[in-house]
Amino acid sequence: MSDDDEIILADLNDEDLVAQMFDDLYDGMKEEIEEGVNILIGRGWEPYRVLTEALVGGMTIVGADFRDGILFVPEVLLAANAMKGGMAILKPLLAETGAPTIGKMVIGTVKGDIHDIGKNLVGMMMEGAGFEVVDLGINNAVDGYIDALIAEKADILGMSALLTTTMPYMKVVIDTLIEKGMREDYIVLVGGAPLNEEFGKAIGADAYCRDAAVAVETAKTWMARKHNRASAG
Amino acid sequence: MSDLDAQLTDAGLQPSGGGKVLLLACGALAHEILALRAANGWDHLDLQCLPAIYHNHPERITPAISAAVAAHKDSYQRIFVVYADCGTGGLLQAACAEMGVEMISGPHCYSFFMGNEAFAAADDMTAFYLTDFLARQFDAFVWRPLGLDRHPQLLDTYFGNYTSLIYLAQTDDAALTEKARQIAARMGLTFIHRRTGYGDLTSALAQA
Ligand code: B12
Repeated sequence: MSDDDEIILADLNDEDLVAQMFDDLYDGMKEEIEEGVNILIGRGWEPYRVLTEALVGGMTIVGADFRDGILFVPEVLLAANAMKGGMAILKPLLAETGAPTIGKMVIGTVKGDIHDIGKNLVGMMMEGAGFEVVDLGINNAVDGYIDALIAEKADILGMSALLTTTMPYMKVVIDTLIEKGMREDYIVLVGGAPLNEEFGKAIGADAYCRDAAVAVETAKTWMARKHNRASAG
Repeated sequence: MSDLDAQLTDAGLQPSGGGKVLLLACGALAHEILALRAANGWDHLDLQCLPAIYHNHPERITPAISAAVAAHKDSYQRIFVVYADCGTGGLLQAACAEMGVEMISGPHCYSFFMGNEAFAAADDMTAFYLTDFLARQFDAFVWRPLGLDRHPQLLDTYFGNYTSLIYLAQTDDAALTEKARQIAARMGLTFIHRRTGYGDLTSALAQA
């Protein structure tokens, strides 16, 4: 990779710089991503544009190549880490510029399960797309989810499970929401490698999402529906 | 031994023998199945293994099993699938039912080695399990695929929420137990040794 070493990011025009940042993100090069973000901001880019075009755009490619079996977990983690570096610079700026917030999501891995890589990635991409995200971490029991949904005035509940033994717990949470008459107040999205569309339907979730990119699109669609319903209401 | 293990991880094992029943198994179970066959004189059982590394890509398991069943169903009276669900989210079970072949029950091999009932009752949430195979193949199976050889800083991202390593031992092997203990030390986890033997695998194969 001696060619790459000679690239001076600041010398690239915007288009080439973003393309280079896609490559750097793919290779998990955190410092280069941080530098790229600073350069674009210095050139007058809106923080929100840097986030969506340079970071989310690059991470979407990583997500697609993971899904297609070209990349495996460590590469995804390194890319996510690089993106986090860029987001740390952008976050305070986004707060200042009052970037749009589409909705609020409470997300967590279900009880008995401590897989969290996929959940973290979804949380990060949702944040990148303009959602506010409250991450409850791993091993969440139904009460924890429900308390957080209420306390945070959330719009969306996201549950993750990677084990066949923990997937069914999602239904426990959804059934409890129904019992409490709260189910209609929230959009429920579920995900994790062993899940599928049919399972999502069977447990009464609004949607199963096979990856973070789909999660973002699905969340946007459902939020738009929710708003339409509210204004028609 | 280690050559065979490497083959079981990445390539699997072609069927051999003249038995009436074909066992289609995960490569991670080959030693155990061969040991049980020898100990019980189950000469009617032939063994074919798929690469154990499919573990890391569970979406590849169901299509590979379906293809192997299709390839061999005319040469055997019966086929028995020695895979648990293994993260296929019920898809393997559904495919087996459709093809009219049976499989071992349970979520994964850690569970059926402990005994599915005992596993369901256990509270090992923050434990990472090893089996004999996994202890021998830890580097090829866990460490390298997770990139920990190249990026040791990721250890905490993967295992930060874990407190112990439970070695579910199929055999009494002092050297292997020592190896498992060293793996736990390398990961900073408390080592627990639990002798399970073959668990539910024995009764499943007896009926195969
Ligand atoms: C990495 C990994 C681990 C790591 C986890 C590290 C961590 N901090 O999370 C380690 C090595 C520690 C681990 C441990 C275990 N694991 Co594990 N693990 C995996 C592996 C290889 C990849 C999972 C992963 O991180 N993928 C990367 C992310 C990016 O993908 P993802 O999780 O699918 O998430 C994406 C989508 O699913 C979706 N998504 C996910 N969550 C959500 C949530 C919402 C709301 C939405 C909308 C979308 C969404 O978007 C994500 C991003 O695109 C899988 C196999 C596989 N390929 O899936 C096995 C796997 C899940 N593990 C498995 C097992 C058995 C275990 C252990 C029991 C093994 C052991 N020896 O002890 C323990 C579990 C202990 C416990 N109590 O939880 C089995 C499960 C089998 C089963 N029947 O359920 C699998 C399937 C492997 C296998 N075939 O045996 N594991």
